[in-house]
Amino acid sequence: MDFGLSFYLAGAEIGLAAAALLLLLVTAWGGQRAARLVTIISVAALVGATAFTAAVMNNGAGLAQTEAFFGLYRLDTFAGFAKLLIYVSTIACLIVTPRYFERRGIYRGEYAVLMLFNAVGMGMMVSAVDLMTLYIGLELSSLSSYVLASFARNDMRSAEAGLKYFVLGALASGILLYGMSLVYGFTGNTSYAGIRAALTGELGTGALFGVVFVLAGLAFKVSAVPFHMWTPDVYEGAPTPVTTFFASAPKIAAVAVLARMTLYAFGEQLFGWQQIVVFAALASIVVGALGAIGQESLKRVLAYSSINNVGFLLIGLATGTPAGASAMLTYLVIYAAMTIGSFVALLMLTDDDGVPLSTFADIAGLAGTKPALAWCILLLMFSLAGIPPLFGFWAKFVVFQAAVQADLVALAAIGIAASVIGAFYYIKFVKVMFFDAPAGAEATRHVARSPAAHWAVLVIATLFISPLGFLLTPWLGAWSNQAAVSLFTLA
Amino acid sequence: MIQAIAFYLFATIVITSAVMVIMARNPVHSVLWLILAFFNAAGLMVLVGAEFIAVLLVIVYVGAVAVLFLFVVMMLDIDFAELRSGFIKNFPLGIAIALVLLAELILGIGAWQAGAIDLGTAGGATAPVAGVSNITALGILLYSRYLFLFEAAGLVLLVAMIGAIVLTHRKREGSSGRQDIARQIARRPEDATIMRQPATGEGVEL
Repeated sequence: MDFGLSFYLAGAEIGLAAAALLLLLVTAWGGQRAARLVTIISVAALVGATAFTAAVMNNGAGLAQTEAFFGLYRLDTFAGFAKLLIYVSTIACLIVTPRYFERRGIYRGEYAVLMLFNAVGMGMMVSAVDLMTLYIGLELSSLSSYVLASFARNDMRSAEAGLKYFVLGALASGILLYGMSLVYGFTGNTSYAGIRAALTGELGTGALFGVVFVLAGLAFKVSAVPFHMWTPDVYEGAPTPVTTFFASAPKIAAVAVLARMTLYAFGEQLFGWQQIVVFAALASIVVGALGAIGQESLKRVLAYSSINNVGFLLIGLATGTPAGASAMLTYLVIYAAMTIGSFVALLMLTDDDGVPLSTFADIAGLAGTKPALAWCILLLMFSLAGIPPLFGFWAKFVVFQAAVQADLVALAAIGIAASVIGAFYYIKFVKVMFFDAPAGAEATRHVARSPAAHWAVLVIATLFISPLGFLLTPWLGAWSNQAAVSLFTLA
Repeated sequence: MIQAIAFYLFATIVITSAVMVIMARNPVHSVLWLILAFFNAAGLMVLVGAEFIAVLLVIVYVGAVAVLFLFVVMMLDIDFAELRSGFIKNFPLGIAIALVLLAELILGIGAWQAGAIDLGTAGGATAPVAGVSNITALGILLYSRYLFLFEAAGLVLLVAMIGAIVLTHRKREGSSGRQDIARQIARRPEDATIMRQPATGEGVEL
């Protein structure tokens, strides 16, 4: 085994880890004053990792040999695709973070360091072709996420969110580990290729239990129903920049892991896992659509929206075909833009004292006071609902198309019906902002000016999901196809 | 010959100290007996050629877990006499549980002798036995084949440490509790004492 090649393929993780270790020293000495600087360097490191991954992908030289570290790690097009998406989402989340915490006087350099370690963990997850790599990457990412959730430690809700996330996350890790141990026991292998080879033919009861537990553990991480209960509470309690992050990068990583696990490791047992994924997809879509209806808190509504979106992602996965996987990846890109855009818009909705506007009543009549912000939210909400001229429609379209091609017509039909139900609360945003009168002169709070960084992220996300996004479809489609094909290529 | 003597010595001490763990009146003595049991179990592991597990037992169980137990037992004010007072009352329940466990053991051993249960096929080759001690073998694997995972596991521990510090470390406000001798010496009587002449029936305003 050539270590040089292994280090080259894992270059993004190694570089990010080195940057994080260095920045840890900077924060240790610089304290709170260095927090801004550390954040800027972290963003630079992530940009570097993005550029490096893109260069390796473009170069193609590394792709002749994608396996690294004795088959523990693989940087194929699929991993590169997911990594680029993860790094870009993390950059967007880091850019909008400092202002929120600085207003409360609690911003520290460790935040950015933890984000970098999180990115290392997520990169390992999507590159994992061995159960051990997957688990260590997952724990690296989860542990830093627990800390980020309770980063505003003097805020009761943030501490509660962190604790809830930690306890339930540990439970899910346990379930996942139990499943992995069963899979290892019944296949005699921890590498995906070995598991795939051992799982041909009839699926034994023991191995089936392993598959079910592994899927249950991963379903928790992507917050698919019936393992979604933590999502609204954690998203609502965690500081908004952290919620933005949770809804984007770790979810992308978890979906990518789920895809590689089902399509590659369990690829020979399509009927073993397909019904589980189909059930999770349908349940997520329906619960995500119905659960949000009674909610008053904007963050809870968006949390249910993210559960709903996971359902659509899983429809693509449930097909078990390259076309389905490609549709899922396209959806993932558009979902990332929509979710980051909508949470950043939420982040910008603060009054002059820095108190967030958190309920529908607070944003009544926003179109009159902040027309630009209101129009951005309108576009994002219509896109999330999947209304045609916007790019969100394309995401749902490709997923449903893949489902119909794979003879999962019923699944697609129920999905479309539920997305109509889901449109209710997306349109409620628009109705409240544009047509409701503010609750009363003294009750309306002045929305504070937002920093340019927030506007930049919001405008880029909005432009991406606007009809202009359709210009990207040939490129996005080709790239998703390539990534999906690499997922099905046996090493 | 010497192996047999060593085995019976270690085994006897393990069982005796294990019995003493539950029989000792003083909980601190219980923990000390437990440590003795761990040491002798480590000796047994050396005898069967699993020296890595022996080292692990001593470092992790004696070095960390048992010492932690000792701290907890010494710090918590538990009235063990009261805990034991229900012994007679709970005796039938204890006997019942013991009987259930015994029945399960007999059933399990009987089933095992009848043949293994068939849950599925485990296909996969085992690694060849290397001609080195198992610490060397583990080391060779950890620092070559699993180098990436070993380093990443280190990062996981580092993140846990950063998290603990970020969430709990607070800067103390006001006095730091440190003695500043230079300041003490430089203090003059006129900085520290004031003379006041309060009128009768009035307080002093400082």
